[in-house]
Amino acid sequence: MSAAVPVSPADSGQTAIPKARKNHLSAGFFKFVLCRFLLIIPTVFILVTVVFFVMRATGDPISAAMGGRLTQAELQKRIHAAGYDRPLIVQYWEYLKGLLHGDLGTTLTDNQPVVNILLHYGAATLELAILALIVALIVGIGLGRVAARHRDHAADAGIRCFAILCYATPVFFLGLVLKLVFSVLLDWLPSSGRASLVSELKFSNLNDPTGLYIVDAIQLGDMSVLLDVLKHAILPALALGLLTAGVFVRLVRTNVISTFNTGYIEAARSRGVSEKRLMKKHAWKPSLIPIITVMGMQVAMLLAGAVLTETTFEWKGLGFMLSNYLKARDFVAVQGIVILIALIVSVVNFIVDVVSALVDPRVRY
Amino acid sequence: MSDATLETPVASPNRSNANDSHDERLANIQGQLDKKPGRFARLPIVRDLKIAVGWQKTMLVVGLVLCAFFILVAIFAPLIAPYGYAQTKSADGVAFPTQAAPSAEHIWGTTVGGFDVFSRVVWGARTAVIAIVVAVVLSLFAGVFLGLVSGYFGGWLDRVLVVICDAIYAFPSLLLAILMAIMISGGQSSLWGGLLASGISITVVYIPQYFRTIRSEVVRMKDSAFIESSKVVGASSWRIMFRHLLRNSTRTLPVILTLNSSEAILTLAGLGFLGFGIEPTAAAEWGYDLNRSVSDVTAGIWWTAVFPGLAIVLIVLGITLVGESLNDLADPRLRARKSAGEVVGSIEDTSVDADESSKISASEEAEATPDVAIALATGNDAALAEAVDAAETDATERPATDGFAAEEFETQQDPEIAVVSRNVPDDTEGEER
Repeated sequence: MSAAVPVSPADSGQTAIPKARKNHLSAGFFKFVLCRFLLIIPTVFILVTVVFFVMRATGDPISAAMGGRLTQAELQKRIHAAGYDRPLIVQYWEYLKGLLHGDLGTTLTDNQPVVNILLHYGAATLELAILALIVALIVGIGLGRVAARHRDHAADAGIRCFAILCYATPVFFLGLVLKLVFSVLLDWLPSSGRASLVSELKFSNLNDPTGLYIVDAIQLGDMSVLLDVLKHAILPALALGLLTAGVFVRLVRTNVISTFNTGYIEAARSRGVSEKRLMKKHAWKPSLIPIITVMGMQVAMLLAGAVLTETTFEWKGLGFMLSNYLKARDFVAVQGIVILIALIVSVVNFIVDVVSALVDPRVRY
Repeated sequence: MSDATLETPVASPNRSNANDSHDERLANIQGQLDKKPGRFARLPIVRDLKIAVGWQKTMLVVGLVLCAFFILVAIFAPLIAPYGYAQTKSADGVAFPTQAAPSAEHIWGTTVGGFDVFSRVVWGARTAVIAIVVAVVLSLFAGVFLGLVSGYFGGWLDRVLVVICDAIYAFPSLLLAILMAIMISGGQSSLWGGLLASGISITVVYIPQYFRTIRSEVVRMKDSAFIESSKVVGASSWRIMFRHLLRNSTRTLPVILTLNSSEAILTLAGLGFLGFGIEPTAAAEWGYDLNRSVSDVTAGIWWTAVFPGLAIVLIVLGITLVGESLNDLADPRLRARKSAGEVVGSIEDTSVDADESSKISASEEAEATPDVAIALATGNDAALAEAVDAAETDATERPATDGFAAEEFETQQDPEIAVVSRNVPDDTEGEER
């Protein structure tokens, strides 16, 4: 089985069905989980390799960062001191060794351990991603259900158009429009950043900040700070969330409709079960299963979207920093961030596969 | 079930029967091919225009009109745009005002760099269209070739390619494109250099999609009878791959192609927005213009952001509408999808043999009639109407479209999920085990 492919409920072998139904937590299941878990390693390894060699192909980090400011001889000296003139394979091997020890190196531009950067800015991205996912789930599942219920009527057509528009609008343009309307024209919400200066100052007093501003604000117990943080978060979360919501709307709609076409729903209907109850008790839950499967893909999309959203709203998270480090050609930092993203995507895909195997007994393993 | 019939063709009692109807169908197709208009009508979009009805037709037509509009703008950009894309001075040497509001001189205003927004948007259409063509053509050829070779020959090469493609596929495509763009252009870019760099970086991201689709089709088909017989006749591997397998595995390509084009636009704009795209003096690019307008927006200057942004939305919308319609209309295997569990069955059943697909259509007709009965029994008017409708569609449309495009009542798919269907490779890998 391939690493990135969430096992679809569809490809269950004919023989696997009765076996899987009998006992979920059989030895076969654990074998599947283990195999699937081990597949994370080659995926991350390939991405690390690709990123490493791609970055090296653009030149060495020092002349990219310092080029023009130092003389040629000085530059060579520094490159030699840092070891960037050694064969690529040797550098690659050393980098891998460092990785295995959990050492991602120090950034070239601001001389910080990459791990610290990941922890510090990762929290901001995590917060944004969670909020966006909440928006996406509320909008996506809600509208998808409405569209499926009023299938082929005006509401359905409108919602479908909305979904396509969500997909067609680049997240940064949506962000700009939201900014223009809500912070410039209406002046309701702040246009950028994660919190106002006053709140940031209060956060620095915390002994044990989590980096998730909403959690920190609750820790402070200060309502005005919480409100401030939430106000800052609304527009970015909306921009990023709607991007994903479009996919969810279409998915939920399709699945509810196709569930309504299955035999067991027809059987229930023929017994006189009301349409409302059909939706609530019979069709709703099964039609949500595929969402779990797609969630893995969405996380990758969310992370890429986060880079753009964070740049639009100056939300100081990993995406914002990644873009900055890329411009400064700080390759060590870029590699660290990309590896973290690769790891997140792989782990989420792993979890998705396991969960969909647990939820759907037809999944083959 | 169909695995069995595929692997043991001789054992199947209705095989001779199948071959007869297969031959008949081949003769039919041959007859259609002999007539020139028939061939034209079988082209993807033309065929779909004929099949489409109701709001689906509206969707397709609107999408096509939008696409045609942007292609025309791209071609005639020099005639439409009043100024050049990098022009900051008028013909008599007077510099354009910066950040000027829309006026008679500059109908959509000017940017912070003194560019004319209208001209940039018009020229941007050309950049976008070229980028789509470069990206799609390159990834199509590379992906299809790799998919054919990998699927047909199998072995370690296949396994390695699959793992690599899966790793790339799982990774956020924009980040990969940024890395590729930096590697290829290293920051500086001329017009074609920049376009090629963007095109290639987008290409690398989309090769896995073509690769997966083609590979899974090839793996599915390579054990079937017609391939075995061409081997027996002595056809070379290359001939089998490019004459037999390729032609039979391209059915989903138009859909993937359109979807990738829209993604290519979004990726190009994303690259430009982050500052890794094409230089402003080399070509007009909407993403770059949006990047420069971020600070304008906070100052209330809306025209530098809204127009390039709308251009992106409209072109992507046009392509997506075409892609969605093609997805809805063109692929009988996706259309037949009822519930998750039936997908694989219907995929295999409808695509290999003529007798298989006739079996399927028969079973669908059998399904449609009970719908009417149930609806009658329950007295549910809406369901009755739908079921009758469905039965009618079955009856009227199927013969007209050669058992291909009937059953319009359940066609909605999410293109990303359905087309680049992640579950497709899995059923083939089951066989390998």
